Amino acid sequence: MYDKIIAAVLSGDTEAAATEAKLLTDNGVDPLQVIDQGLIVAMGEVGRLFKENEIFVPEVMMSAHTVTMVIDQLKPMLKEERASLGTVIIGTVKGDLHDIGKNLVALLLANNGFKVIDLGNDVTPEKFISEAKAHNCDIIALSALLTTTMINMEATIKAFVDAGSRDQVKIIIGGAPVTADYAASINADGYAEDAASAVDICKQLMS
Amino acid sequence: MIIGELINSSRKAMRPLIEAWDAAAIAEVAKLQAAAGANYIDINCGSFTTDEPKRLAWLTDAVRGSVELPLCLDSPNVEALKAALPLVGDKQAMINSITAEQERFSAILPLVTEYKTKVVALCMSDEGIPVGVEGRINVADKLIADLTTAGVVLDDIYIDPLVQPLATTNEGARPLLDAVITIKAKYPQVHCVCGLSNISFGLPKRKLINRVFVVQAALAGIDSFILDPTDKQLMGALYAGEALLGNDPFCGRYLAQYRKGLYDE
Repeated sequence: MYDKIIAAVLSGDTEAAATEAKLLTDNGVDPLQVIDQGLIVAMGEVGRLFKENEIFVPEVMMSAHTVTMVIDQLKPMLKEERASLGTVIIGTVKGDLHDIGKNLVALLLANNGFKVIDLGNDVTPEKFISEAKAHNCDIIALSALLTTTMINMEATIKAFVDAGSRDQVKIIIGGAPVTADYAASINADGYAEDAASAVDICKQLMS
Repeated sequence: MIIGELINSSRKAMRPLIEAWDAAAIAEVAKLQAAAGANYIDINCGSFTTDEPKRLAWLTDAVRGSVELPLCLDSPNVEALKAALPLVGDKQAMINSITAEQERFSAILPLVTEYKTKVVALCMSDEGIPVGVEGRINVADKLIADLTTAGVVLDDIYIDPLVQPLATTNEGARPLLDAVITIKAKYPQVHCVCGLSNISFGLPKRKLINRVFVVQAALAGIDSFILDPTDKQLMGALYAGEALLGNDPFCGRYLAQYRKGLYDE
């Protein structure tokens, strides 16, 4: 039943996906099912294909755009708020203004069923802590592109420890200079090598 | 100008060599790049966050002992630059890099003027990384004005307009190229430099994109590249491109490098 909408998402065809979504809901399909069985399943497939180098960043972005547009279309019809897989707060750490990779991770997480709060770039440890409290979030995702700002990942994690809230969140890190060894050395809960693995790791942490 | 990028601790093959203080292996990589046609050797050990100054100084010594080329010290860490600069020798070194971020600008500027280095100036300010043409030009204007006020000569300034991945923009490299054209028209003596590999991030057959981009970048006015000089097809595209643009009188370099076998078609 969802083959067509999944194919439309995979080819980044927003118009076809929107038409198919309307057709399904007109025929009485629960919009929540369209999202979960159609859009989210499609994004899972997008993530898999991306990881296996079958598709590339621009295609991922097109598919993600399609999903975002169709979810917006379906939202007013939802009877209740969709249950999310968890709340992720994401941001590039203090001193670092790079956001391309971080944006991609945020996009994939959001389109895979997580509630994502994107704090942007140059985010201080204090900001991460206060936002984590305010949103009762499950996962903090830290990004850095520079070796000079990577150290602020450690500082952010330490700030959570000092604030006494380290065990209330899982913290994952990623970015060009970051390695699994570094993640382990600063006591992060996970390291994501690329945007698709970030989704997998968040799913694991929530299960 | 070709700045060889291979000695960088972010590269998987290099990290263990730097980790193990393997000066002989570093010397080999420097020699390889010199033989491949590099004019400067970039050294970067930024992923060693705890002892970068010590390691950058050590890398400086290791490279200087092996090749005649000047060094491009690739670090925003003032302490690391301070440790390495006294060791660079007689040839004019390059600092990679300064930005228009206030704190970083005022921390690094004194080193540029004290050691009379060339300097890579990234188009990046406290407001972030500019997008579009105007944003880049505005930051370049400010960098050039502030550097020259401090006594840095135009010929020593290398503006880096910051390459963004083709995969994540809808406008391609067009805004960057347009910004370079304007900057070069305004300040003919200022150089423009860029790292190549970022352009192809997230796409297949990256070397092809790098190779086409080097030609387009040269056409816009970028005259210095941070790249892998051992990539013979890339170097061929660069030399042929420069000759076609009239930047290589009598095809002198194209032919000289041909005889040395330094590029492939």
